[in-house]
Amino acid sequence: MSLWSRILNAVHGERLNREIEEELQSHIEEAIASGHDPDEARRIFGSTLRQREASHSIRVAGWLESLLADVRFCWRQLCRNKVTSLAAVLSLALGIGSCVAAFRLIDALLWRPLPISNSSKLYALSRKLTGPEGRPIEDGYWATPDFKLMRDAVKDQADLIAISDADRTDITWSTDDDMEKAHVVYVSGNMFPLFGLEPTLGRLLVPADDRGPGASPYAVLSWDYWNHHFGRDPHVLGRSLHIGDQTFEIIGVGPRDFTGTETGSVTDIFLPLSMNSAATQNNAFWHRTFMMLKPGVNPATALEPLRQHLSAVSRAFEAGCSECFRGLPQAIIDRVLNKKLVFYPAGSGISDLQKDYRRSLGILGLLAALVLLIACVNVANMMTAQAAARAQEMALRVSIGAGRRRLVQLILCQSALLALFASVLGAFFAAWSAPFVLSLINPPDNPARLALPADWRVFLFGFGLILLVVLLLGLLPALRASAVRPVAALKGGQDPHSSRRLMRGAIALQVAFCCLVLFLSSLFVTSFQRLQNRPLGFSTDRLLLLETVAGKGQFPVVWNQTAEALRAVPGVDSVAISGWPLLGRIMIDSDISVNGAPPSLTAAWFLNVSPGWLSTMKIPLVSGRDFHPQDASPEAAIVNETFVKAYFPGQDPIGRTFERGANQPLNTIVGVTPDVPYHDMREPSRPVFYVPFDEIGDQSAPKVVNFATFTIHTAAQDPLALANSLRQFIAQRHNGLRVSNITTQLDLVRDQTIRERLIATLAAFFAAVALLLAGIGLYAVLNYSVLQRRREIGIRMAIGSTRAGIVRLVTLDVFLMIALGACAGVVLGFGAARYVESLFYQVKATDAAMIALPACAILLTALVATLPAVLRALRTDPTEILRAE
Amino acid sequence: MPKTDALQGSLDLLVLKILSRRPRLHGYAIMAAIANTSGEVLRAEQGSLYPALHRMEEAGWIRAEWIKKDTGRRARIYELTAAGKKQLGAEESRWQSVSLAINRVLREV
Repeated sequence: MSLWSRILNAVHGERLNREIEEELQSHIEEAIASGHDPDEARRIFGSTLRQREASHSIRVAGWLESLLADVRFCWRQLCRNKVTSLAAVLSLALGIGSCVAAFRLIDALLWRPLPISNSSKLYALSRKLTGPEGRPIEDGYWATPDFKLMRDAVKDQADLIAISDADRTDITWSTDDDMEKAHVVYVSGNMFPLFGLEPTLGRLLVPADDRGPGASPYAVLSWDYWNHHFGRDPHVLGRSLHIGDQTFEIIGVGPRDFTGTETGSVTDIFLPLSMNSAATQNNAFWHRTFMMLKPGVNPATALEPLRQHLSAVSRAFEAGCSECFRGLPQAIIDRVLNKKLVFYPAGSGISDLQKDYRRSLGILGLLAALVLLIACVNVANMMTAQAAARAQEMALRVSIGAGRRRLVQLILCQSALLALFASVLGAFFAAWSAPFVLSLINPPDNPARLALPADWRVFLFGFGLILLVVLLLGLLPALRASAVRPVAALKGGQDPHSSRRLMRGAIALQVAFCCLVLFLSSLFVTSFQRLQNRPLGFSTDRLLLLETVAGKGQFPVVWNQTAEALRAVPGVDSVAISGWPLLGRIMIDSDISVNGAPPSLTAAWFLNVSPGWLSTMKIPLVSGRDFHPQDASPEAAIVNETFVKAYFPGQDPIGRTFERGANQPLNTIVGVTPDVPYHDMREPSRPVFYVPFDEIGDQSAPKVVNFATFTIHTAAQDPLALANSLRQFIAQRHNGLRVSNITTQLDLVRDQTIRERLIATLAAFFAAVALLLAGIGLYAVLNYSVLQRRREIGIRMAIGSTRAGIVRLVTLDVFLMIALGACAGVVLGFGAARYVESLFYQVKATDAAMIALPACAILLTALVATLPAVLRALRTDPTEILRAE
Repeated sequence: MPKTDALQGSLDLLVLKILSRRPRLHGYAIMAAIANTSGEVLRAEQGSLYPALHRMEEAGWIRAEWIKKDTGRRARIYELTAAGKKQLGAEESRWQSVSLAINRVLREV
């Protein structure tokens, strides 16, 4: 009760004083009433003022009362300079909000532990090896037979868990008409028990579900999917769902928080590993492998022996795998076998999104932090200027007995007040911006999904940030204020340059940060522009892509008939078929063997295309001809220029032949096309060959096609306008073909640059903010220094200084600071750029333009920002100044 | 003033004792009670009573309450709390031992 009442009393200080006064007065009246002389009663009582003070200090939390007084005083100070205070709060809010938003994204994607037990004991197995181009690559995907061998080998010390990546799969519930997409993940039966997960409904998969191919047709829904799709209907148990020609029975619903181990995507359906046909193949590397250490196993000592053991088992498996390397030259086999198994902590999950965005988000975090620092420097400058203006007040306070601690408290109180307002605004900004940025990482057919809870982790970070800001803002001015020497200050003789020196240092710091932000931004923006303007070699105009599936496969003739029928639909210009779209998610390579020699070390990518596909895509022929309708594969092939360079250097390729691997049928080159990007716009050109859509199988019979993409050039500007009617048109033909996904070639190209677009947009935004803040800061400092030196300028003018001399006096040291800061910023920029080099496209940090751009921007900003102050200095009227003195 | 000094250390004890015998007294009445029962020997500067009262109130030994007097003005009256009773016991025994010790010294020398 005591502390609480003292805190309450501190808030109601005046009322407390009145009460004490009343009590003391009532005592004196009592004394008079009992017969004392009034004067005598007052004399015996002693000084009421002193007793009141004594009682007051007893009944009040003194620190709180002085704090409240400081807060009130600071509030009035802030209100007095409304515009500056508002600018300070807004810029700080922007900085704090950006930092918190960046933290939320980084934390959610990279750091937040999965909602499972023992997440710190979870590791992912991966392998480092040398890629086909001689660069180091990583392979985190494993064959199931290999996984089983490794699992059994280390079962005393650790459990191995197999989990496939979430694949967007066509599923049907009852009839063919209601086909839809769901993220399906195959897991080994030990995953749920090892993660300590409990079902919301029914049962989860167990190790017994690993029995064998087709033995466990069971499906577990994720809570999220159950919630969205079934509205938490408990009768969902026992329903069946179909994937391809398989049927699964729903046996349970997973726990509420668990959305899979692939951070950034949300699993809808968990299926047993053994139900995937790839699970029996030795050469299908299709799922990730996780390792959970057994209780009591010390990671520090156990990991390395485990690694070596697993590595030996896996290598023995691959070396003994006859179908893995059939017909490959020894050099490739050696390269593939010679790899190093590594563990990665996987407590926060493992996903491609993490890999793709780790550095990008790191850079965004850095940019946000820099903007916050710039804002802090600005506000600290403002406070230094105010403190300098209040030097006399501080001196007065010290001389009438204020403790240095009170002065520090007073200044820190002001910065805390600013930071508090800023953090409230910043919290709103972060609450809006983090989901917004996430929504930008958003290919239309596979949006990134991350939980972004505002929980104690975020609050703790925010609190730490505010503390940091308060210290950054307040500490320097506070220390300066507390070091004030009353005598000197009251005489007006304190060193007038000291605060300006401090502010000039701040300018250099600010320009350095700003330059770093600008430098990185210009690199990212240029990267994005170059990537976006990269010549594609094909047209994206009015190209609708219907990704179509045929459940049990259909002969090419049916596909061709459908294409023919589509051509007759009004609004359709031309129709062609390809196995899959360019720049889509599918990429398949093939060994190339020329003249019966063993396959060369580099493989080539291929694509099945129908006649007319090249012209629909507006890909020209360098030489030769397009496919004829009677062409089939293997027989005719069209290759790109890189293919010619790789396999037929210096020869005319038309009429030459190659095989897809050793002892395969011959393909005859009938045409050559320019290079077009196949899978990734950033990669250099790869050898690519096209083969006819019609494929002949082993017994000279046509091969069935399970999926292909209709490439449709529409007459209308917006190809998607036709999408739905074409989808129905295909469904109504009832020939087993069904459109599973609709997109446009333009969207596929745009999806390629999502990351670059995101980072370029945000970097440009941060650069603009940084420039604006730096400009404001520069203006404020210069303006202040001119105001402070009015006397000096007036005297100089009076004794004949030229205008140029005045301008030099005012601006020289500031521009020196700017130059210094810019150099420091560029040096920092080189360091930072090296860390994110992999994000650049055809841009080098050492390009002259990349340095010139930020330098010019800063110089321009500096000129604009200094102009008002210079004009003010030039307009100084010496007579007026000297008269005023 | 020697009288004040004599009271200094033991003001708490006296106030607690008086409130334990006669609960719900206001400041003047406590002062008067001290003066009366001590035969006018113990008299403090009366104002210094109030900081002491407020300190004991914050410590939770006594509890205060405003009442309306017949004259229409308000008075603040005090009474002992449970913690105050305990404190009184402690103070009393401390006083006994101290005065015993002092008496012993006076006798011996």
